[in-house]
Amino acid sequence: MSAYLIRNANILGEQVADILVRDGVIESIGSALAADDATVVEAKGLIALPGLVDIHTHLREPGREDAETVLTGSQAAARGGYTAVFAMANTEPVADTAGVVEQVWRLGKEAGYVDVQPVGAVTVGLAGERLAELGAMADSAAQVRVFSDDGKCVHDAVLMRRALEYVKAFGGVIAQHAQEPRLTEGAQMNEGELSGILGLTGWPAVAEEAIIARDVLLTAHVDSRLHVCHLSTKGSVDIVRQAKVRGVNVTAEVTPHHLLLTDELARSYNPIFKVNPPLRTAEDVEAVRAGLADGTIDVVGTDHAPHPMEDKECEWSSAAFGMLGLEEALGVVQLTMVDTGNLTWAGVADRMSFTPAKIGRLADQGRPLVAGEPANICLYDPDAARTVDPYASASKSRNNPYADRELPGAVVATFLRGVPTVLDGKLQEISA
Amino acid sequence: MRHLLSAGDLSRDEAIQILDTAEELLNVASRPIKKLPTLRGRTVVNLFYEDSTRTRISFEAAAKRLSADVINFSAKGSSVSKGESLKDTALTLQAMGADAVVIRHHLSGAPHRLASSGWMHGAIVNAGDGTHEHPTQALLDAFTMRRHLGDLTDRRITIVGDVLHSRVARSNALLLSTLGAEVTLVAPPTLLPVGVEKWPVHTTYDLDSALHKADAVMMLRVQAERMQNAYFPSAREYSRRYGLDARRMGMLPDHAIVMHPGPMNRGMEISAEVADSVRSVIVEQVTNGVAVRMAVLYLLLSGSNESDPIPESLV
Repeated sequence: MSAYLIRNANILGEQVADILVRDGVIESIGSALAADDATVVEAKGLIALPGLVDIHTHLREPGREDAETVLTGSQAAARGGYTAVFAMANTEPVADTAGVVEQVWRLGKEAGYVDVQPVGAVTVGLAGERLAELGAMADSAAQVRVFSDDGKCVHDAVLMRRALEYVKAFGGVIAQHAQEPRLTEGAQMNEGELSGILGLTGWPAVAEEAIIARDVLLTAHVDSRLHVCHLSTKGSVDIVRQAKVRGVNVTAEVTPHHLLLTDELARSYNPIFKVNPPLRTAEDVEAVRAGLADGTIDVVGTDHAPHPMEDKECEWSSAAFGMLGLEEALGVVQLTMVDTGNLTWAGVADRMSFTPAKIGRLADQGRPLVAGEPANICLYDPDAARTVDPYASASKSRNNPYADRELPGAVVATFLRGVPTVLDGKLQEISA
Repeated sequence: MRHLLSAGDLSRDEAIQILDTAEELLNVASRPIKKLPTLRGRTVVNLFYEDSTRTRISFEAAAKRLSADVINFSAKGSSVSKGESLKDTALTLQAMGADAVVIRHHLSGAPHRLASSGWMHGAIVNAGDGTHEHPTQALLDAFTMRRHLGDLTDRRITIVGDVLHSRVARSNALLLSTLGAEVTLVAPPTLLPVGVEKWPVHTTYDLDSALHKADAVMMLRVQAERMQNAYFPSAREYSRRYGLDARRMGMLPDHAIVMHPGPMNRGMEISAEVADSVRSVIVEQVTNGVAVRMAVLYLLLSGSNESDPIPESLV
């Protein structure tokens, strides 16, 4: 295996040093390192981050290979600085058996761009009626630890309680898509002044908050572990903050789009901005930023949700929910959190790598950049700027809400266990 | 004015221009030969994704009286029912050379998509979209009110019923406030939209309190199936609390008019006695609809959108 000498990288924005990578691990970190056999990567002015870990990705395979495959989604992730992604279970067939999760896991290995860690469904077929074989998925080659019906809420309180209890046997976590179904029937956008004006059925904040509040209480009651997916409202931040004060084992995630975009974008009726949970108000955006800054929200998860063009080139209410994000997440986090003084680069490493890996129980991802650790590294140029072009993407889909928007930063290189998946900003060929 | 998508897009001057033009065009309707050559050679497509015979024939009559070629494109019996996308339909209409598309759609915002997507270049007229807006209905309502009440500045207009699901209420609230009227929306709390307190209107849950000073009362159609979703307990209870009957009509000032965009649920939001009373201008609304839609098509399609007057010889 070849060696790489990364020169003059600014590690977590705290210390400029050279990083010598050999045989998949960080061999040493120091000043003026030398290694004759190593390929030199000049990283002056670049931030070195641990390879990013996305706790919430939709790769669409099996079933919707027209929108994304494990390979194309992995490539998009690598371009975004990621070295691991958790692939959500709402595929066709649903990842609710050991067979399907092992298939996704194996496809990820074959692609070789990131570690693809499957998420298992909580209930059979995401139907919310009976538990899927959580233990079989946990014991499979994929070693599933995160279980989620994402896209649907485990709304039945008894089922949610049982799931929380059951996964304690193997250190699992239930990642809840918090959406009270009756309060959101036919919902199209955030319920507020704008939904009333636009005549679109509202998705009220209370439908998210009520489920989070209930789940926090259930989690405390059965002493288990809860992860709240894509938290989007001010009220949700408050509930999670209080739960943490009370010692409940709850973690929460926010998406890049909820850190930046607001419901005002629905005025265009352009479904590129239609997502679930919906884009919220500017006040909510402020609250989720504050929550991510103070650690109430533990991680950024992209909820990268590819859809074919025809599912977005239509009336708002006919369109699919979801937007891309793997290739823009870091830029959005820089814009909303770093450039605003809400988070240091060390904080970014925590929210986008260390903590998501811990929540998902990934042993050799989200590790500190020190000698002896796996060489999962993202080199990022914070001084670059770009105008987002949906067509300049590794994803198969183009439902990019940041199209034509200026975002700061650029991922210059990504290393997965010492192998560059991205170098000089370009995706590399991987010989698996 | 390139499209008519929302009543809120109209400035006061633009709205007045449409109403004044409609006033002139109304005269045409009373002549033995009801036709002007103004839009000869222009193609107007009525693209209807939702059954609405009255709105469609109103637009059809308006376009034909201006000598436009009219194509009726109904979602039923076309490829739409087999699942053609809005985009492909729009590309087809563009290829056919539609100068204006009058679109009625069951989904909010569909006219905006046609106007802003780049799929076609003609003028788009919103003939009612989902629970969003119905701007030509608001214009014909304002037109009807002006004929009875004069200038609408500071006039008190009470709109009663299912505001939450009503495109008529949204467009009227926007247009009437642009025209300086004082609008009061009356509905049970379940049928007022979240955020209505930010609209340029007053709201009340008590119909009786909103009648004695009203210059016009507009009753909205209430669909009985709303009961299924617990918006109100029963049709009878709704009717008792929010229906306009003879007793309530008696509370109105003498000059006040009663309006309804149709189709009416007699016995639900309006009693037969009220609907057929001398105060009711409901049939007149239909007549005025043609003139107002003629004015909209004329202003959108007849060359410059500056205020070029209708030639005297034609009127």
